[in-house]
Amino acid sequence: MNSEYFSNDYQKTPFMLFFRVAVYAVLIIAAIYFLIPLVIMIFTSVKTMNDIRTGNLISFPRQFSLEAWKSAWDTACIGVTCNGIKGYFWNSVKITVPAVSISTIIGAANGYVFSKWKFYGSEVFFSILLLGCFIPFQIILLPMAKMLGMAGLAQTLPGLVLVHIVYGLAFTTLFFRNFYVTIPQELVKAARIDGAGFFRIFFKIMLPVSIPIFVVSIIWQTTQIWNDFLFGVVFSSGDTQPITVALNNLVNTSTGVKKYNVDMAAAIIAALPTMAVYIVAGKYFLRGLTAGSVKG
Amino acid sequence: MTFQTSENLKTKISYMSDRLLPKLVVAPTFVSTIVFVYSFILWTAWISFTKSRLLPRYKLEGLIQYIKLFTNDRWWVASKNLFVFGSLFIIICIITGLLLAIFLDQKIRIEGALRTIFLYPMALSFIVTGTVWKWILNPSIGIAKLMHDMGFLSFHFDWLVNSDMAIYTVVIAGVWQSSGFVMALFLAGLRGIDDSIIKAAQIDGASLPRIYLKIIIPSLRPVFFSALMILCHIAIKSFDLIVALTGGGPGYSSDVPATFMYSFAFTRGRLGLGAASSMVMFGAVLAILIPYLYSELRSRDNE
Amino acid sequence: MASLDIENVKKQFGNVEVLRSISINIAHGEFLVLVGPSGCGKSTLLNLIAGLETISSGIIKIGEQNVTHIAPKDRDIAMVFQSYALYPSMNVRKNISFGLETRKIPKPEIEKQVAKVASMLQIEDLLDRRPAQLSGGQRQRVAMGRALARDPAIFLFDEPLSNLDAKLRVEMRTEIKLLHQKVGTTIVYVTHDQIEAMTLADRIAIMKDGVIEQFGTPKNIYESPASIFVAGFIGSPSMNFIPCEITEHDGNLKILLVAQGDEKCLVPVKGLSSSPEKLKGQKVILGIRPEQISAFNLSEKKNNNVFKLKCQVRLTEPTGPDTLVFTQINNQKTTCRIHPDKAALPGESMEMGFDISKAVLFDPKTQKRIY
Repeated sequence: MNSEYFSNDYQKTPFMLFFRVAVYAVLIIAAIYFLIPLVIMIFTSVKTMNDIRTGNLISFPRQFSLEAWKSAWDTACIGVTCNGIKGYFWNSVKITVPAVSISTIIGAANGYVFSKWKFYGSEVFFSILLLGCFIPFQIILLPMAKMLGMAGLAQTLPGLVLVHIVYGLAFTTLFFRNFYVTIPQELVKAARIDGAGFFRIFFKIMLPVSIPIFVVSIIWQTTQIWNDFLFGVVFSSGDTQPITVALNNLVNTSTGVKKYNVDMAAAIIAALPTMAVYIVAGKYFLRGLTAGSVKG
Repeated sequence: MTFQTSENLKTKISYMSDRLLPKLVVAPTFVSTIVFVYSFILWTAWISFTKSRLLPRYKLEGLIQYIKLFTNDRWWVASKNLFVFGSLFIIICIITGLLLAIFLDQKIRIEGALRTIFLYPMALSFIVTGTVWKWILNPSIGIAKLMHDMGFLSFHFDWLVNSDMAIYTVVIAGVWQSSGFVMALFLAGLRGIDDSIIKAAQIDGASLPRIYLKIIIPSLRPVFFSALMILCHIAIKSFDLIVALTGGGPGYSSDVPATFMYSFAFTRGRLGLGAASSMVMFGAVLAILIPYLYSELRSRDNE
Repeated sequence: MASLDIENVKKQFGNVEVLRSISINIAHGEFLVLVGPSGCGKSTLLNLIAGLETISSGIIKIGEQNVTHIAPKDRDIAMVFQSYALYPSMNVRKNISFGLETRKIPKPEIEKQVAKVASMLQIEDLLDRRPAQLSGGQRQRVAMGRALARDPAIFLFDEPLSNLDAKLRVEMRTEIKLLHQKVGTTIVYVTHDQIEAMTLADRIAIMKDGVIEQFGTPKNIYESPASIFVAGFIGSPSMNFIPCEITEHDGNLKILLVAQGDEKCLVPVKGLSSSPEKLKGQKVILGIRPEQISAFNLSEKKNNNVFKLKCQVRLTEPTGPDTLVFTQINNQKTTCRIHPDKAALPGESMEMGFDISKAVLFDPKTQKRIY
């Protein structure tokens, strides 16, 4: 609801004027609180170490320098190797792209079945699948590690891709199922009578109207997989680590002088892809959040 | 058996294919769910009843790991931390989220921009959030230095390295990341309220604060409930944020069950204990989940 | 040539019997309407005919072909849905041609067919629009066009007019009837609206709780309803059901009607099969339609079938051509259809003429008609 009923008469009283000023003040203070970490991150990343030591968190950079960014990307030491985070960035890309596409495609097909081609037991199976969303992943880490080891996929990118697909399916399926149930079943009936079969109905009738939900699913999966740390830290090592793990290692490497500007530059680089997604498609992002909020 | 014309056979096939294909399509997901979720849970449960250390052993030994777990000081610290972090995180997020949503709902000109600002932390990885807040809360050159520069020379802030206070830094960062999302949930709830109820209350002469307290906020009950569920879930599973912000330290003073499980199962080679701790986490999630699902199912039945 | 034979068809969902042994036969070119309140199983039956749901037991034949176990697309049927079910991503032309393309019919033929159907339904101007750009009535036409283009053995209509406003519904109803006269294809039409059933059907099947209460021509069902349910469902305003008791008078069986103010009238009962001894004292329900109760006029005095009773008017509802007058007979609210000029005012009393030539009697226990 939008409070237009608190009509103009109210707004003319001094109380109402004070109220509106207070509302704006609180909202703007809150906005500053939410923005400050971002500002600090950006400021710090373009400062020199000397600047950081002499200035403070929100002091404006005296010398604008991209050294920290170059170092974070190319030369910073993570563990024993000193090649920056670029390799790990590309690892994350190599994990995210296939895992997102495959889990989304399978989810779309599953959602289509669970909404439009229900069969005896399909509802039960859907519930079983959904319950899987809620488990704390700690409970599957040990057997998954063992299974990846047996399959020869331990500490590999394909292994991580597999893990992300497997545990993303419940969500992508949920997204598509909830979207497809809003499409009238009569459409499928009409198409069946028109002679179209299972796949033809999917490709000709359902897919052309599914673009919004594809966007939601892709955005949700991209942020989940790109931002994942738990699976990354457990199922990868060294060269195969995703960027979140590398960032954490970089920040917590205790050798040498702590370079806060490099840390911040690396953090921004790690955050850029998902931030870009958020800024470009915020509406869909929120829709995914609320739809996928069962996961938390 | 009769001979079938090819036309007849084709008819039969198309009759069958539409009944078989749906099952074939979901079959891989079915298998993967059974294997990767349910049998894995059983495997972990089994291991939690064994004396597995570095390698899994399958001989059942009873509750030995659970006894070890519940007599382990570090587990109790972790559990207590989860309780402290969880309750503060949930309460503050809900209050902040609700207030921001109510304020944003007052026909604010820059609503779109503000919403974007409140929600963007949700797009970040907890590792990034942890990294930033670790820098901000840095006891020597972070916020303390800023305050000194501003003239507050007596300002002292060392929560990040103080074993009694470290867990509260996690609350600060967690609230920063998640309250925008709670705001979005409440805002959607507010926008869904039937206008006529509020008009009726106005005609009855209720004042604005009274309308909010007596009518609007009570009608957001379902939103409170789902926000609570989601935040509970985030809290129990929180792992990344603690690793990035405090690393569970100083010592193990800011450990939570998720970091406890990771460190025993993967860095200390105590599989059995790790498995037992993850089973307890699972139990906690179920304890929250079952009433939630129950109420969901019940409300669906009522429709 | 496509007749439709439904033999002993049953349908269960789990333990719930939705259809219990349905049998219907219609000849080629007939217009069958399945009508009944919601939940009576009429739509399920239509889906079974279409093959969209599987039959628990029984047989369905279209023409000579047993279609019980073949897919919808091989049944040579076309269907029009309540929500129209137009494919949202395709324009009108594509919507109409989709089924033909799926059947791999040559392009020129498809174009010819689309053009023919479009002109028949006057939707030529709409061919390049998308469903979202059409009004309700236009969507309805396109949905019918899609079915017509296929030139099937049977048309199935699933409450096709329910989503239209009242005026458009009447227009489209006429158009469907004209269309049927023109193409002559067998039609099965599901509706919950008894007026649609009466106006459109060659044959009506009235369903309730998964069984067919009565199957017959509209005239037959209107005049000889098999049960109180059928009598009450068909006709508007609904038939009056007046509880009575059979008495013996001068050696004849009669029933007594009592209006307010203790006005009485004895009406003879005839045609009952049981012996008079048995019937005496039996409770029955007299079914009489509102149009069979009118203002009594003297010229009818000679008519043996019209009986006079002075009734108090409680309420009147002018509809224009008639005025509905509500009164109380045997303590039962009774509706009478009176010429507007002759209707008395509420509170007054007037003489009504009961034409019992078409009145019926029901057994209150079995709810079935006994005469």
